[in-house]
Amino acid sequence: MLTWSLGFLILMVKLGAVLLFLLLAAAYLVWLERKFLARLQVRYGPNRAGKYGLLQPIADMIKMLTKEDTIPEGADRVIFLLAPAVVTVTALLMFAVIPFGGDLSFLGKRIPMVIADLNIGLLFVFALSSLGVYGIALGGWASNSKYSLLGGIRGAAQMISYELSLGLSLVPVVMLAGSFSLVDIVRAQEAYPFILVQPLAFVIFVISAMAESKRIPFDLPEAENELGAGYHTEYSGIRFGLFFLGEYVNMQVLGALVAVLFLGGWSGPFLSGPAWFCIKILVVALVMIWIRGTLPRLRYDQLMALGWKVLIPLALVNIVVTGAVILI
Amino acid sequence: MQLLMFYILGFGAVLSALLLVTSKKPVNAAMSLIATMFCLAGLYVLLDAHLVAVLQILVYAGAVMVLFLFVIMLLNIQEKEGRLAGSTIALQFVSILGVGMVFVIAASLVKVRGALPTGGELFPFGTTKAVGSMLFTEYLLPFEIASMLLLAAIVGAVILAKRRISDAKP
Repeated sequence: MLTWSLGFLILMVKLGAVLLFLLLAAAYLVWLERKFLARLQVRYGPNRAGKYGLLQPIADMIKMLTKEDTIPEGADRVIFLLAPAVVTVTALLMFAVIPFGGDLSFLGKRIPMVIADLNIGLLFVFALSSLGVYGIALGGWASNSKYSLLGGIRGAAQMISYELSLGLSLVPVVMLAGSFSLVDIVRAQEAYPFILVQPLAFVIFVISAMAESKRIPFDLPEAENELGAGYHTEYSGIRFGLFFLGEYVNMQVLGALVAVLFLGGWSGPFLSGPAWFCIKILVVALVMIWIRGTLPRLRYDQLMALGWKVLIPLALVNIVVTGAVILI
Repeated sequence: MQLLMFYILGFGAVLSALLLVTSKKPVNAAMSLIATMFCLAGLYVLLDAHLVAVLQILVYAGAVMVLFLFVIMLLNIQEKEGRLAGSTIALQFVSILGVGMVFVIAASLVKVRGALPTGGELFPFGTTKAVGSMLFTEYLLPFEIASMLLLAAIVGAVILAKRRISDAKP
């Protein structure tokens, strides 16, 4: 009974810590993005609230929480209210299987630095990311607005297409590691990170992951100049905030996945595991912001052609080549 | 605990399946079907078939149902005109329950319970390793045939879609 309640307590502490860290990091990722993007465009970015605009995320949060929560007339109420939560919850749940560091020993007990080390961890992440589509598609549909519907349909089509290349690009990684568990995948990279042996898979994964999280070269579902704001045009207040939060948590998930699958996870010299992990996530996020500040948006046919005619065939070839090399 | 989870999930699956056939809005029906998939995935987890459970969510809830929704949204299928009469709904319920009872009785007649291993002696049929080795040894031929069938379906869809474009052009 004592060990059971101790395990429960540890689980709750881990959940609380991860949730707090993720939400705080998401808020400051917004700040970082605005600041870095402004620098790339020779602007100052937010600099009014606090030093260097550091209090800007808090001001934004208060604004979103206090704004009126409007529901458009003719909207499907239940689905309209539910959709933003789907986006945020699926993004947050992915962190359940991502390991932040090696094992920790506390009071003679071994505590793994992961909430749940599932033996199908990678598939769990895929399942959740495929469910995230519902938030976008249903949110766009339920708003009863043409712009939202177009955004929702674009989002659904884009995410279904890029999910395939996302999954296929990781098959070689699973083949090399011999496991779906993210902890085992990190352990398999102790000698060298997988980016060195799987550069093609890395490139395909990063491109598809950016398309999956609807970041700028792939942000057709919310293309401002064509669709208003796409699927979240009709949302206001905290429900818009949930969509926004989901997007930035998704960015962290992608950073974490790139770190775990290709950059050796928490391993690194001198610093502790979680510190290295945070640094790797931050580097991936900065590169994604950099890409956002550099590349223009794709046309819709270019987007589909890139996904179906370039990335998926390349990923399939990569699987065959990796399989051949492993067999030899 | 496991039994309680089983009843919760089983009840949820049956309830959402009933909602699926009785709801008048196509989108609500699709959502109910997604809920059914989730409950079934939960039942697979109770059977220690983690891979099957995740694939259930990944393939059915995540991919197939998104395509369903996609079609519903694109065709903009509206609520069916006119309300279903109360007697029709009652009839639906009765017929569903009747069919369900037939299955339960048939299952108990062939004594499914005796044939299945109980409790602790469940062999790990749904783990990644078990599914993989079974798929590529014992069931290799059906697996390959199924993949050929799917390929034929894809080729057929492409041909049908292409023909309509070339017809419209001149």
